Amino acid sequence: MLKAVMKLFGNKSKPSGQVAKDRLRVVLIHDRAGISPEVMEHIKNDIIKVISSYMDIDRHDMEISLSNDEEAVALLANIPVRRIKPTVMSPHEQRRR
Amino acid sequence: MSEIIVVTSGKGGVGKTTTTANIGVGFAKRGNRVVLIDTDTGLRNLDLLLGLENRIMYDLVDVVTGVVPYKKALVRHKKYDNLYLLPTSQIRDKSSVTGEQLIEVCNKLRGEFDYIIIDCPAGIEQGFQTAIAAADLALVVTMPEVSAVRDADKIIGELNRAEKDHIKLIVNRIRAHMVESGDMLNLADINDILAIECIGQVPDDEMVVTSTNRGDPVISNKKSLAGQAYNNIVCRLCGEQVPFLDFQRGMSFVGKIKRIFGL
Repeated sequence: MLKAVMKLFGNKSKPSGQVAKDRLRVVLIHDRAGISPEVMEHIKNDIIKVISSYMDIDRHDMEISLSNDEEAVALLANIPVRRIKPTVMSPHEQRRR
Repeated sequence: MSEIIVVTSGKGGVGKTTTTANIGVGFAKRGNRVVLIDTDTGLRNLDLLLGLENRIMYDLVDVVTGVVPYKKALVRHKKYDNLYLLPTSQIRDKSSVTGEQLIEVCNKLRGEFDYIIIDCPAGIEQGFQTAIAAADLALVVTMPEVSAVRDADKIIGELNRAEKDHIKLIVNRIRAHMVESGDMLNLADINDILAIECIGQVPDDEMVVTSTNRGDPVISNKKSLAGQAYNNIVCRLCGEQVPFLDFQRGMSFVGKIKRIFGL
């Protein structure tokens, strides 16, 4: 009941049990995959290297993580793109500019 | 032919030894011949929980090194005469017993007992590897807490790697009022995360402490909710369908009123 009242007054903090579940989910994906943070950092740097020759990306806001999708583990990369480098545009696109 | 059950958890202090003692008494009360093996060499406690600490003459290390035949090391329980303890050494360490040696001991015990229950030490090192070597079934004990669930997940992975895929989960020390208010991982969350069949839900109960003080497992106390929960686990292990307990039943009237008002 108290919770319902709190909600009315706009208290949006998650119950700590839910926080525990969310944190466990993420940590277990990494535990189960057995990939060290060092390897993740290497993967991240290699991705930056490849993408950078085509696009200008925001390295600070970029995130890569492992995620569990049903049965399989997926590598998720969220890479904000500032602009596409002119050198990689098709000749047709470049002429139009 | 007996069944060999290992009680394990990864994390310490979640209730492995308490679970071993209670399940052992539970099986014995149903008329089974039961032997409990403590493999927590150097940090033995199962003898204390059973009230048998003054009766130990020989231990597991003496048996595996051939000092005495296993029968000489078995300690019979005072109250339940078909329950035996094979204690371990308090002065040696985990490297004193290997998995192969424990398998050999279990093979000798198999003919004489219906259930062989092995109390595993915390951790994933040699002691754990020894304890699980002989097991047909692993009971993973955890608590509704991030560290205990993470360690349980690790242990399940280690059990799978050792090709022990008959695994069941026991969630211990549940505080019903905290689960209710959303401040504790609930059982659906834990089942979801670990994806292992849950065979027991045991509430956090002060009577576990008092029964441990006395050296008489809580399962023999009919008033205790934890005792009932352990008894239900034994029934389920024997193949019976038993619904899970409603912990709120054990709350005081004032407690219920307080909860209604969210205090």
